[in-house]
Amino acid sequence: MALMSGSASSPVDKRDIVTLESVTKRFPGIVANDDIDLSIRPGEVHVLLGENGAGKSTLIGMLSGLQQPDEGRILVDGKPTQITSPRNALALGIGTVFQHMMLVPTLTVAENLLLGGPWWQTPKTEELAARVAEITSSLGITLKLSAKVSELSLGEQQQVEILRAMLRNSRLLILDESTSMLTPKGIDELGALMRRLVGQGLAVVFITHKLKEAVAFGDRISVLKLGKKVGEIPPERLRSLGEQEIIAEIVELMFGTQGADPEAATHPDHTASFAGAAPLLQVKDLAVAQTENAPGLSSISFDIRPGEILGIAGIDGNGQKQLAEALAGQRAVAGGSIWVDRTAIETLSVGARREIGLRYLTDDRLGEGTVGTFPVSINFFLKQVGAAPFWRNGVEQRGEIDARAAQLAREYDVRTPSLKTPVGRLSGGNIQKVLLARELAEGAKVVIFNKPTYGLDLANTLASRQRIRDTAARGLAVLLISTDLEELLSMCDRIAVIADGALVGTVDNVDDARTKVGRLMIGLAA
Amino acid sequence: MSIDTAPTVSATALDATSGAATRRAILHRLLMTLGPILIALIIAGCILLAVGVDPLAYYGYVLEKGLFSPLGIQQTLSRMAPLLFLAAGLIVAFRAGMWNLGGDGQFLLGAVAAAASAPVLIQFMPGWLALFCAFIIATIVAMIWSLVPALLRAYQGVNEIVTTLMMTFLGTSLANVLVKLVFRDPGTTVPQTRTLPVEDRLPRLFDTTITSGLVLGLITIIIVHLVMTRTAFGLKLRIVGANPRAAVHAGLNVSALTIAVFAISAGLAGLAGAVDIIGVQGNVRADWNPAYGLAVIPAVFLARMNGFAAIGFVFLLSVLSIGGESAARRLGVPNHFTLVLISIVLIVLALAEYVDHRYNQSRKA
Repeated sequence: MALMSGSASSPVDKRDIVTLESVTKRFPGIVANDDIDLSIRPGEVHVLLGENGAGKSTLIGMLSGLQQPDEGRILVDGKPTQITSPRNALALGIGTVFQHMMLVPTLTVAENLLLGGPWWQTPKTEELAARVAEITSSLGITLKLSAKVSELSLGEQQQVEILRAMLRNSRLLILDESTSMLTPKGIDELGALMRRLVGQGLAVVFITHKLKEAVAFGDRISVLKLGKKVGEIPPERLRSLGEQEIIAEIVELMFGTQGADPEAATHPDHTASFAGAAPLLQVKDLAVAQTENAPGLSSISFDIRPGEILGIAGIDGNGQKQLAEALAGQRAVAGGSIWVDRTAIETLSVGARREIGLRYLTDDRLGEGTVGTFPVSINFFLKQVGAAPFWRNGVEQRGEIDARAAQLAREYDVRTPSLKTPVGRLSGGNIQKVLLARELAEGAKVVIFNKPTYGLDLANTLASRQRIRDTAARGLAVLLISTDLEELLSMCDRIAVIADGALVGTVDNVDDARTKVGRLMIGLAA
Repeated sequence: MSIDTAPTVSATALDATSGAATRRAILHRLLMTLGPILIALIIAGCILLAVGVDPLAYYGYVLEKGLFSPLGIQQTLSRMAPLLFLAAGLIVAFRAGMWNLGGDGQFLLGAVAAAASAPVLIQFMPGWLALFCAFIIATIVAMIWSLVPALLRAYQGVNEIVTTLMMTFLGTSLANVLVKLVFRDPGTTVPQTRTLPVEDRLPRLFDTTITSGLVLGLITIIIVHLVMTRTAFGLKLRIVGANPRAAVHAGLNVSALTIAVFAISAGLAGLAGAVDIIGVQGNVRADWNPAYGLAVIPAVFLARMNGFAAIGFVFLLSVLSIGGESAARRLGVPNHFTLVLISIVLIVLALAEYVDHRYNQSRKA
């Protein structure tokens, strides 16, 4: 590594747009970034790879002016510069596309792009149209300026954000976890777009925790681990190695263990012991009415036996969330029936369905799964408020709650400074563990997992998957909704494909399942 | 046993450090509250100087009348009674994330209901029962008045800030009309309700003029605080307030809880009106509208919806309003100067909050 960084600073190289020199950033209790050196050059996609909590977001925060380093310095064009605010960062040519969309959904694309202009001037719409046309044609994307942002797909919204950064003459574009919300096709398009951007001489910093994307899109890969930069793979080396070799090298850097791609695993067969048992979850002709911003469901039928994992594959936004919510009781059902262990539940409330043993692990962990400002301990019992022994005659029994919460935190390996810490301050992986503990702890018969590993780092992804396998092995029926085909192939017994709110086919997870599911997903018969 | 001791020791150690942290936090909060109030007093003093009034004399009168004179402090404490009920109602609503700004309409309708029923009931039943029934009637009337915004919010998602504010205009007018047309005392020329004889009103505390409504108010706000922080019902309301989607996900009946919040909040506002009438005023004049409801909102905010802190701020508010009225009269300052003073306090507090936040940010950064 020392050799490589030596060659990097040689004068022959292109000048860095931004250089970080021994940057350190501390927060109470943790060192988020520890002595990090980084050079960002024009014409390169620089991938920052690391698990949740590795310090990627903090690094981005400092580059985009949200935070200031405690030690070390940031050089812009070789000059030490303080990036004091996001506005300042933009003026320096550093544009950031954050993980969560920062567009106004009710405004059109053009209006969103014009936001932030001088308030005393009439927005120059024609000028904008001309510049947008110039940029989009050079990048090979098409965008309708008159379209409302809420009508665009997430991938298109991201293009709008990239375009906005380009309009501000950004020389460095930071993409923060940009692929986490995208469909596989959207990810490929984003990859192609990044290539064209660097082709025009821009620098791109691409943050991800997915190895394959890092290898596919990056010119230079820096690996962060627990706030430290543990390694960098320069372009020459990236080009000289094969994909598998690079992945092996990164895994070595991240985990210190040599191994094959850990995202691929073969699924164990655990149905055998429960074969022949009556289905625990039966769904027949389930229908949900379409709403303004959500697709409906029509004639959904399936059943799941004890110990079985049924996967729901499909491109995001085809009714997965509606299916989960209709089963959990959060969404009104227009027709059909649902049985859990031979009890019809379609008319029951959310709470009553939970009583019977149905559990729903939501994908929206902070939006609806937890109350971010409440302590970790209370969030364990959010679905049991008022129940004994944690409440007696409606009065909170703090001792009981804290004791049980401590036990759950231990069992499910929730890492939190204290049980009083607001759950919103934990990392995504730990919030997911709180949810897993809450849903799986006791009395569960049927569990719906909606995108259980979305946004999690590798260690937490693997841990969550193991929890799901264990759940099924205990004899529960598991419905696993995921947009990650690899995940489904590695876990499920059967995979059903959802498209436009209907199940278009169900495939046994055997050798050729990948092709069959793939064909179903793109609309061909299996 | 020996296995048990180790975790216990570490747990107490943890508590000790968190105890110190809590004390520091409380000290910081006190400083962040009292400091800005002092600054606000200085700013308001400058304004007084500018209009040619000696600020020290003004503040002297405020303190003398509102706090240090025997009569003044008794008035101040009596004034607290309705304000405490209103604050309790707002704590419930605000903690549940519902902005019931219709306190004044609910207060006045409760007051009129109590003023109309108490003198009549007193003729049929023992005094304590009559007053109790008047309280109940006032509560129910105010609850019913809140039903429109509650149902609109619960089932149609209509913003309750708008509806409660509009209902408060209707409520004040309705109270006025009721006094003039329905409950008017035929024995007087002024449009007002029949006066409840002083001996039938809520008893006074010991040998003072302080109404026992103060005690009721204190008990109420403390109960409300405990319910909101220590019970399952309070937690459910706080979940609805902090994250309504999580409430749906957790299987709470958000619509029913919404209606309950409005009913409790408005009911307490109605009780506030009843306490003021049955304890102090004795009747409602048609044009009477003290606008306590709006005045209490900042106090509840400053207290961060904490019942105990709210008692302190309500006391401060009472001193300012009782003392301010008197000081204004004696020094020829407009009566509204009390409001100017309170608003300066609020603005400075908000600014201090902002500066403190920025300071924390920059210290972290």
